Amino acid sequence: MRTCLEVRNVTKSFPGVIANNQVNLDVREGEIHAILGENGAGKSTLVKLIYGLYKPDSGSIRLYDQELNFSSPRQAIQAGIGMVHQHFMLIPALTVAENIVLGAEPGRIHYRRKENVEMVRQLAKQYHMEIDPNAKVGDLTVGLQQRVEILKVFYRKAKLLILDEPTAMLTPQEVGELILVMERLRSQGIPIIFISHKLDEVKRISDRITVMRAGKTVDTVETKSTTPQELANAMVGREVVLHVSKPPQLPGEPVLEVEDIVVSSDRNEKVKGVSFQIRRGEIFGLAGIDGNGQFELIEAITGLRPCKSGRIRLLGNDISSYSVARRTKAGIAYIPQDRQLDGLVMDFELTENFVLRDFFKPPFARGGQMQKKTIEDYATRLSEAFDVRPRQIHALARNLSGGNQQKVILAREVSRNPELLIAAQPTRGLDVGAIQFIHNKLLELRAAGKAILLVSLELDEIMSLSDRIGVIHAGRLMAILPGGQVTREQIGLLMTGVDLKEEG
Amino acid sequence: MQKTIEGLVTPFVAIVIALLIGAVVMLVTGNNPVTAYGALFSGAFGSTVNMSNTLANAIPLILSGLGVAIGFKAGLFNIGAEGQYWIGSMAAVWIGYSVQGLPPILHISLCIIVGMLAAGLWAGIIPGLAKAFVGAHEVITTMMMSYIAIFLSHYMLENGPMMQAGFTPQSPVILPSATLGKIVERTQLSWGLAIALVACVVVYWLLYKTTLGYRLRAVGLNARAASYAGINVPFHLVLALFISGMLAGLAGAVQMLGVQHRLYDSFSSGYGFTAIVVALLANNNPFGVILASIFFASLSTGGQSMQLVSGVPAHLTDVISGIIIFLVATKDIVQMVQKRWRKRQPLAPVKEA
Amino acid sequence: MLWDALMRPDLWAATLAMATPIALPALGGTFSERSGVVNIAMEGIMLIGAFFGVLFSYYTNSAWLGLLGALLMGALISALFAYVTVTLGADQVVVGMGVNIFAAGLTAFMLNTIFGYGGTPRETPALPNITIPGLSDIPFVGPVLGSQNIVVYLMLALVVASHYFLFHTNLGLRIRAVGENPQAADTAGLNVPGLRYLGVIIGGMFSSLGGVYLALGLLNSFEINMSGGRGYIALAAMIFGKWTPFGSLGAALMFGFAMALSMILQGGGVSSNIIQMLPYALTILALTGLVGRSTAPAADGIPYNPNK
Repeated sequence: MRTCLEVRNVTKSFPGVIANNQVNLDVREGEIHAILGENGAGKSTLVKLIYGLYKPDSGSIRLYDQELNFSSPRQAIQAGIGMVHQHFMLIPALTVAENIVLGAEPGRIHYRRKENVEMVRQLAKQYHMEIDPNAKVGDLTVGLQQRVEILKVFYRKAKLLILDEPTAMLTPQEVGELILVMERLRSQGIPIIFISHKLDEVKRISDRITVMRAGKTVDTVETKSTTPQELANAMVGREVVLHVSKPPQLPGEPVLEVEDIVVSSDRNEKVKGVSFQIRRGEIFGLAGIDGNGQFELIEAITGLRPCKSGRIRLLGNDISSYSVARRTKAGIAYIPQDRQLDGLVMDFELTENFVLRDFFKPPFARGGQMQKKTIEDYATRLSEAFDVRPRQIHALARNLSGGNQQKVILAREVSRNPELLIAAQPTRGLDVGAIQFIHNKLLELRAAGKAILLVSLELDEIMSLSDRIGVIHAGRLMAILPGGQVTREQIGLLMTGVDLKEEG
Repeated sequence: MQKTIEGLVTPFVAIVIALLIGAVVMLVTGNNPVTAYGALFSGAFGSTVNMSNTLANAIPLILSGLGVAIGFKAGLFNIGAEGQYWIGSMAAVWIGYSVQGLPPILHISLCIIVGMLAAGLWAGIIPGLAKAFVGAHEVITTMMMSYIAIFLSHYMLENGPMMQAGFTPQSPVILPSATLGKIVERTQLSWGLAIALVACVVVYWLLYKTTLGYRLRAVGLNARAASYAGINVPFHLVLALFISGMLAGLAGAVQMLGVQHRLYDSFSSGYGFTAIVVALLANNNPFGVILASIFFASLSTGGQSMQLVSGVPAHLTDVISGIIIFLVATKDIVQMVQKRWRKRQPLAPVKEA
Repeated sequence: MLWDALMRPDLWAATLAMATPIALPALGGTFSERSGVVNIAMEGIMLIGAFFGVLFSYYTNSAWLGLLGALLMGALISALFAYVTVTLGADQVVVGMGVNIFAAGLTAFMLNTIFGYGGTPRETPALPNITIPGLSDIPFVGPVLGSQNIVVYLMLALVVASHYFLFHTNLGLRIRAVGENPQAADTAGLNVPGLRYLGVIIGGMFSSLGGVYLALGLLNSFEINMSGGRGYIALAAMIFGKWTPFGSLGAALMFGFAMALSMILQGGGVSSNIIQMLPYALTILALTGLVGRSTAPAADGIPYNPNK
């Protein structure tokens, strides 16, 4: 099989970070080539360079021996490179057919509705990806939307397919269908590059794997002849410790009791009768694929979303009808999923952000007046304790790095001495140092007898920190398992809706 | 301190550029910019009388500018300041001529309070509630209320309840007990200036030293995070429009009590839109509003003189105002780009896998 | 009394005539916002169209050249607006307001500079009222549809053409895509800024035409601030009409009806001022009562920053 795509010593920097450092990659015809790496390893940047969304600072990219010099995706598309992005590039208000032909519409002026619809139907049949060309993309499931994305690529006669984290939002059945499609394409000689941070998937689907770490390509191996441990080591660069050493702890009385909560949103029920408890000195991890109700559940607990039915108790008190502010007062702290959107006011100074929850109370305010000196002292103290850099309390939150912004939020929430801390994706997008810092803080809280509800899409994080793990699927709590004695496989199966008891 | 100086550069540069463009326009239309600007300047500042009138003109701009600025701080674009000004004027004049037997200090206070409340409600109830509960854009609602207010004032004065018997559509004169005295005799400069300056201090204190101001600013900068922090966003949106309207109403009240002493049937004061430019130029800073207002007031008083002396139509000052908005809007971008480049942040978050 | 008024064909003829200077900027706004750019500058662009229409008409002695000149100037200022908002990414509402203030000042200034203080010349050629033979003879419908100013017919034709363009052509599809999800459109290879410029400039020309109608169709002169808030009412008409050409026309007819009714009823003792409030009050109702949160194009108002 000959090489069709060759990336040689490509480097790409952004202000403050070298995203790709002398990266090498070669892809052969008719192979499925995986790019494996942790979040932030540089995988997305690499394919965006191939696709023309970015220009390399140095190095070369060749397609069938022709040097590529794209300044926009349009040229990449014309050269036959097709990309399906992790976050779909679809227009929900338009139909499937309209989305597919957009940018390469047949005809000159008039939009040929009937012809386009028919053409899309034929295309879908050709690739065994049935779909209704007249459906509005916004009404489709995620799996079907992905089909539209793939069909888009083939409408433009792609000769090379790039898939960026394609299984992130799919159900296991949809993943199976995707794999079939990929294998069919491979047998037609079309090379596929797919990016993932999921070891098991990559092992299952690919022919060769290129591992990336911290912006560099570490190694390229034949899938058949590598072990998961070798891959994990290459990804992380050290012996992977599967469990963070947690001192054993006897949990105390229940702090949070959730009974039969049902949460609706729009027309569906996102949470269908969930019950669990979290006790003092315990980290309860909630695992699940994105979109299965975990975030709606914590919004219900914090009071941001109403419950259709069910009860929530904090230290024995029924808080189901409390407002957000009252629950905060009662002792719930919350680190939200989207720190920039929900956790901070980016154009406020750090001082103002540190007191975001309690700005109206003494000592920060008396009689409606803000107490400047008290607030400044508080901000300085917290910045020291949580190592926020730069140590400028009057800097705008906007000017801090993601890790430091998260530290501000953490500092604020933790220092309020809450009974229950809810942390949603607390280490998303952070570098290793920041991640370790935050994990240590969470363990400190645990040792101090606080209750922690950890919701994360990173299974490793859940497994290493949690005393007990709840797995959520389609709005239901599938099982609650003890942290130290469960395997990834068990959790993975539960996450996809398989009831362990049935497995025998 | 450095921030303040940095903050002053942009408006200063914008003004200079706008004046230069104005000069070019004058040259193109066959006028002499030097005589024109000279007349403008002396008309605005050339004598005690001129200076006083300029300051007098600045008073309604300061107050309505403050109103627009506080709206912006809460993330709201109140372009209905004109209408709120009229409502405030109407209410103040009505109390001014119809309530008798009060000592001046009470009478004036009453006029002002009623004027402010009426204008505040004008902005807060319909535009405010509509924005808070239905998401109706305040640009359109406040503008529509503005036109309704203007027609309302016409109605009041032309054969309506506030009309004074006679042929000219105007209201009765307010009683002496409701009149604000003059600081400089035979000019338009009244003690309303003191009210305007006090208002600036109050607004500054409100925005930056109180919890209410914190809430308003939080809502304006990030309504979601504010909501998560337990701040009642809809309530504060209504409140912000209410306060904004109150200030514009205060502008009207002060103008009536200090300068006009009765309501005339004119179409527009022009303060409403200029207030927007004032707020933008001042970057919504209460003290910057004072400086910006004096600048635009000088354009206005000087403009008359410029038209008389050099023949350049006074409307040139409107052209200059428009150019300033363009410049201020784009300067923001340039500044933002500069700041980001200095802090080495990418322009948009990079979505990493 | 109301019934008598409703039976008068001149009420309905006036409705159509009054609706035109609202429908045209509403159409313009539709194009702009469909491409993703919030445009509140219609009021100012109408003034520009009105003034330059009169200016060019007077100096070339042809109302049609006046119209062309007005369209050109409308396109020019729209291009400037597009540059500042699309290319530079400035706040679209603030800049739109800036255009309104600038245009009001500029037109007033140029009026005084060029024509002095007595108004525009009476001999300025205006655009003709035309009568459609046959149609104008039909009772009741005739006076309404059969004899109006030519711009009115132009407007009706443009509504139909706009609908076809937006929903049945490839270019229209692209414009809509850019207003819904510019990033997706970009990766599909579309020229996002270019399409937004197109939407804004077409929109500006429509608004400008609305101004021309006021100055060369209804009257034949330019007066300071003659647009009288119609640009803002057009915004409401556009929202009420759910950002579609036919919807905008329908909403504009409603507002035109209110205006026409206020004129007809004026003689009858109700204060003209109260009646003139009607269209504006109606606009507020349209925004709060019936329409509420109707959905704008998804990316409307958000400047597009590609990850480059």
